[in-house]
Amino acid sequence: MLCTIPNIGGSFQLLLFDGQRPLKATTDPTREGERPVLNTTIMLFLVQDGITSGAIYALLGLALVLVFAVTRVILIPQGEFVTFGALTYATLSTGNMPGTAWLAVVMGVVAFGLDLFAGRRALHLRGIGRALAVNILLPVAIYALTFWLAGKNTPIAVNIALSLLIVAAIGLFLYRIVFQPLAHTSVLVLLIASVGAHLALQGLGLVFFGAEGQRGPAISDAAFTVGALRFTGQSIAVYAITIAFIVGLWLFFGLTLYGKALRATAVNRLGARLVGIRTTLSGQIAFLLASVIGALSGILIVPITTLYYDTGFLIGLKGFIAAIIGGLVSYPLTAVAALVVGTVEAFSSFYASNFKEVIVFTLILPVLVLRSLAAPEVEEEKD
Amino acid sequence: MTQRLLPISIFAALMAVIPLIPGMPPFWIVLLNNIGLAALVAMGLVLLTGVGGLTSFGQAAFCGFGAYTTAVLTTAYGMSPWLTLPLSLLVSGGAAVLLGLVTVRLSGHYLPLGTIAWGIGLFYLFSKLEFLGRNDGITGIPPLAIGTLKMLDAGTIYYAIWVAVLISALLSMNLLDSRTGRAIRALRRGHVAAEAFGVQTPRAKLLVFIYAAMLAGLSGWLYAHFQRAANPTPFGAHAGIEYLFIAVVGGAGYVWGAVLGAGIVVILKEILQSYLPLLFRGEGQLETIVFGILLVLLLQLAPTGVWPWLMGRLPFKPFRKRPDTSLALAARDRPAAAPGALLKIDHARKQFGGVIAVNDVSFEVQAREIVALIGPNGAGKSTTFNLITGVLTASGGTISVNGRNIDNAPPQEVAKLGIARTFQHVKLVPDMSVLENVAIGAHLRGHAGAISSMLRLDRTDEAKLLAEAARQIERVGLSDQIDQLAGSLSLGQQRIVEIARALCVDPILLLLDEPAAGLRHMEKQRLAALLRTLRDGGMSVLLVEHDMGFVMDLADRIVVLDFGTKIAEGTPGAIKTNPDVIKAYLGAVA
Repeated sequence: MLCTIPNIGGSFQLLLFDGQRPLKATTDPTREGERPVLNTTIMLFLVQDGITSGAIYALLGLALVLVFAVTRVILIPQGEFVTFGALTYATLSTGNMPGTAWLAVVMGVVAFGLDLFAGRRALHLRGIGRALAVNILLPVAIYALTFWLAGKNTPIAVNIALSLLIVAAIGLFLYRIVFQPLAHTSVLVLLIASVGAHLALQGLGLVFFGAEGQRGPAISDAAFTVGALRFTGQSIAVYAITIAFIVGLWLFFGLTLYGKALRATAVNRLGARLVGIRTTLSGQIAFLLASVIGALSGILIVPITTLYYDTGFLIGLKGFIAAIIGGLVSYPLTAVAALVVGTVEAFSSFYASNFKEVIVFTLILPVLVLRSLAAPEVEEEKD
Repeated sequence: MTQRLLPISIFAALMAVIPLIPGMPPFWIVLLNNIGLAALVAMGLVLLTGVGGLTSFGQAAFCGFGAYTTAVLTTAYGMSPWLTLPLSLLVSGGAAVLLGLVTVRLSGHYLPLGTIAWGIGLFYLFSKLEFLGRNDGITGIPPLAIGTLKMLDAGTIYYAIWVAVLISALLSMNLLDSRTGRAIRALRRGHVAAEAFGVQTPRAKLLVFIYAAMLAGLSGWLYAHFQRAANPTPFGAHAGIEYLFIAVVGGAGYVWGAVLGAGIVVILKEILQSYLPLLFRGEGQLETIVFGILLVLLLQLAPTGVWPWLMGRLPFKPFRKRPDTSLALAARDRPAAAPGALLKIDHARKQFGGVIAVNDVSFEVQAREIVALIGPNGAGKSTTFNLITGVLTASGGTISVNGRNIDNAPPQEVAKLGIARTFQHVKLVPDMSVLENVAIGAHLRGHAGAISSMLRLDRTDEAKLLAEAARQIERVGLSDQIDQLAGSLSLGQQRIVEIARALCVDPILLLLDEPAAGLRHMEKQRLAALLRTLRDGGMSVLLVEHDMGFVMDLADRIVVLDFGTKIAEGTPGAIKTNPDVIKAYLGAVA
């Protein structure tokens, strides 16, 4: 049973508890007068719940740090990757054809057009062939595969793989269409463009998936109990994947030459280009990773909670808070901060469910001030 | 005067007759009302974001403060709407003070992220608070009334809205065209240059933040009495994004761009909402898709917006008045031959982590003396400048001016003592004219505040500042370029503009960081002549320069730095033959 909190424009269901335990009394608005007393068991539930949400926020926070570090884009549409991943997966599970597959094809065509236009002075067959393969053949192949498999009662793993493929393609093309032409501009321009991309993708989400919320099938039905706490296979998967990504990204950026090349791009695009790093490729890789991470987060939570076309935005923003606490640079700090955000959210939904969002979003302000004081802007950016 | 007010008067007259046209569909009037309401908020954003460089996604929340203040006071306490107007402005302005104290301290991209965060937080607060009616909001708000005339229909409140828009536009333009306005316009280019001339940048930021919030509060107050209801939806995060969109579409740097942008966006939204559902199977919010795509396209293709594009197409150029150079500002009180050195640097030290950029450097600058600071790249010359002017705080040692200790004084205080500087990397506001850029130098010599500027009570003060700026421009020989945009000049000319700006301080000590770089031979000679004249007039000059011919010819004394340490000091003749200096520049003789 999930705790439902009434919200503007439908209801945003919290990622609270493991979906089995009826603890609705804690947040039921009709019974607000009688506040349940916090005991050890409930506290453990809240902590467990906070950690599960926190793990998702950590994943998203990592993706945001990654994209910002490499491209200087503050990725507001990260939330849409979550929604698209989750709802594509849920739609595939019901045997229907998700609209996102079509979107990937359309975006691919636009990206192809941009590639041709950008390279119009030096068109050669190999370049066109590569652009054709990445921008047209790839999304069409994904579309055909999805079309062929939809309604065939495919196993969960296939649905997950398809969803990830579709959203990954969208992420890749999003970079090509929106951000690559703006790569030389200031963080602020990139941020406004990012907000524009968010608006467009969220509107498309409504078109593709409708205003109704959806749930997806769980990855695993396994469950076991430790003391009073019950762990589901789903929550274990959330923890495992989060940890794997944190360690993986940390190693990738710290140890591999390619990771260092990505970081160099972040610090100085021109300098990176001068030493032979292809900055466009770095941006593409960052967006590819971010969209996969976003979609995966969505797929992980859609069995636990009902997702709407606009839910991702709020979830993504909470990942943001974690990323900002990490200064948009530190992966381990971001992960820790995400756990704090998740726990604060769980406890504030217990104590003051109505003001949960207010509390979570105000949490960011003192952090921002501390961050600004710790690292004052050395000098202005040219616009 | 008429030159400035004529277009506005025509626009006002045009707007006044629109509702009187027979057969005008009432729906169009409602649209115009919505345009006016959006234009008010966007106008605040123009000043905040386009001019001041502080991006805010949270302006809709300030509309909420304005709307809810009047909603609560008129419905629950029966107050008159006119009485709640100042209160609405006060509440939104007060909220801006609280949020602004936090927000303006945020650097770089933390600022817009902070505004998104409190924008969302306040939206949830509005929709959860009992006395604000939660999600349902407050209904039954009384209409505005003058005597017995109740502004019940869209056609009458139309006048209230557009009078507010016109007055706000006028006040905003007055503000921008003033001493305070120049300080705000300099913010976007960073704080170092502005602070070097005495601008209190945090205060300027807070001021423009409050002003923008009050415009939004005014819009909210009008909205509440126009809709006669207030609920959280129009004050949420997406509305905040839309206001920024309006400002970007119109032209974020232009007051009238806000009105134009509001017109374009509101009408476009209306068209999209009526026709898009016919094209696609209609499930709401389709216009957001188009909006999002348009916003991205706009940033890629026309980042400056529609207004400047439109103005560039006008057959006539805006008229600029030449300042009357006969007006004079009071000169600085100069202490009569103070004993000791003018500037005394004693064991100044600056460490960045393990790097010692300036290592116990000591030297003096006397009155009426030109001292050159030379040394190879990375010797610590510019860091020394930054220590003197308060941009950096020293790790040790003392710096004093006329016997007064100034270590760790902020740049503004240093400027007040009569120390003016130029920068190694030119720091002018490229989209301001040469005259306006130079007038920033005289910031501390004017006194008009923001409110007197808005009401145009600052004109005598302003005329004197501009006269001083024009005189200094003439002195450095750039009179022909006085009305050009600073960004359109050659690098060498921009350096000369910086010198004119520094001279506007009426300094006792001029710090010049590589003034001759990028100058042609003749220009260098003219610069040298100017600096000699200034010295003979009683000013001291400390300059960093790489052009040895220029330095040897001009300087009375030379201080040589290498790796942060002073290795020599003396007359040009002595420095030329100093073995340590030759070694530092050319390497050791094998």
